[in-house]
Amino acid sequence: MKLEIIDLWKKFGANVVCKGIDLAVNEGEMVCLIGASGSGKSTLLRCINLLEPVDDGRILLDGLEITDPEQDPQPIRQRIGMVFQSYNLFPHMNALENVLLAPRRITGRSRAELRPMAEALFERFNLADRMGHYPDQMSGGQQQRVAIIRALAMKPEVMLFDEVTSALDPELVGEVLDVLRQLKAEGMTMILATHEMGFAREVADKVCFLDAGRILEEGPPEQLFERPREPRTAEFLSRVL
Amino acid sequence: MGASERQAAPAGSGAAGRESGLSRRERRERRERRRSMLIAAASTAIAIAAIVILVPMTPGWEKVQKAFFNEAVFVKTFPKLLEAFWLDVAMFLWCAPLIAVWGLVLALMRDARSPALYPLKLFAILYSDLFRGVPVILVIYLIGFGIPGLGLPRPWNSPYIWGTVALVLSYSAYVAEVYRAGIESIHESQRAAAVSLGLSHGDMMRFVVLPQAIRRVIPAAMNNLISLQKDVALVSFIGPVEIFRQAGVYKSLYANFTPYVGAALIFLVVTVPATRAVDRMIARQQRRQS
Repeated sequence: MKLEIIDLWKKFGANVVCKGIDLAVNEGEMVCLIGASGSGKSTLLRCINLLEPVDDGRILLDGLEITDPEQDPQPIRQRIGMVFQSYNLFPHMNALENVLLAPRRITGRSRAELRPMAEALFERFNLADRMGHYPDQMSGGQQQRVAIIRALAMKPEVMLFDEVTSALDPELVGEVLDVLRQLKAEGMTMILATHEMGFAREVADKVCFLDAGRILEEGPPEQLFERPREPRTAEFLSRVL
Repeated sequence: MGASERQAAPAGSGAAGRESGLSRRERRERRERRRSMLIAAASTAIAIAAIVILVPMTPGWEKVQKAFFNEAVFVKTFPKLLEAFWLDVAMFLWCAPLIAVWGLVLALMRDARSPALYPLKLFAILYSDLFRGVPVILVIYLIGFGIPGLGLPRPWNSPYIWGTVALVLSYSAYVAEVYRAGIESIHESQRAAAVSLGLSHGDMMRFVVLPQAIRRVIPAAMNNLISLQKDVALVSFIGPVEIFRQAGVYKSLYANFTPYVGAALIFLVVTVPATRAVDRMIARQQRRQS
């Protein structure tokens, strides 16, 4: 088991967003979280990346409890990459600098030493000609792909994607989904919060339907999409498909 | 320039080939422009004429003219005033970087989020309340007269040192608020992105938040620097003979206020271009953000 979430609870004030979530993710697996806005998908991802402290429950990464308050969150976050809906590139740095910042600061190695690694990533995702561009000189799709490269540059073991295509113009969604397919083919362990049902059905190993802070139903995509057991799942799917 | 170019554009597209070369709308706009310029010129001329004619008709004008606009006194004192102004410039030059640094430290203290650092945050809050709540001149008096009164040996009784300290303490409270506004204007998602990559809090501030925040607040900080250049003159109250005090010396010597007018002119020569430059910076930044 690569990542295991056990009875996770998270509330913001009186608003309980995660109500006892259990989830297991195997090495190399892609898990898609689907559900209406506010169902707890983003919060779950933010908890896994330790951007939000959990109120109760445990998250294990390779058997190590990362939610232990004694645990220093910084090395854990380096093992888990995260990509956001609004890209969140650093606007005052060009694409290459965006990608190099964290590796430089964390490994202490120089730009020159790290540059080949970054260049290889840009080439792998067909962005070599954009390395010197600033975020505002790139399309949304390009920015999101740079954000993915930035996360990959830390060589994470797990990647979290928080509705990474939701802010994109429809014609740019494809190029980002292609990157995700490529990562999946390369064996990356991934968790996606997504509204792209067609993509989830095609690529995911497991789909989880979240409803009001709980995983109401989970299973392989063909089962969940074709023969949902829960009436709420069927109702949600009929609304979005 | 820009306006006329913009107005020329429709002529090329819409009204090309017309006899006059101008569309009807353009002719009307040109007529209106000419009319409003005439009105502005006429009303300005009337206002100036009124001042030039009416002010000398006031009963005290001759005395005021002799006391404030005395050419002989002006010529005699101006070079020395200019020389004394260098002290203002020098004090400005060593205060400004200290204010920039101490203001940043205060802003970072105020941004502290971990409970262990709460005392620093509280200190920064109280500091800003204190020094923004007291007039600069009072801070200069209290520090400039109070601390040397402890009987410190030279050079620690110098009014230059304590005048500088007073200005830095006061102004950094304002500049810290400017920095803070910049830091808070950087969206939380930038912090999340930095932290999710595994960067430490310090690296996040240094490489992600501050470079963006400082760029945004440079124009506002420059406005503070312009008022600092003027307020440097307040240090004269505890001793240093800079331009304001030098003008005061001449006022007593010649029993004439013209040196003050000279001093004002020297300040204007520095502050007006600086203010214009900052206005342009702000305008440019607003254009870029929109």
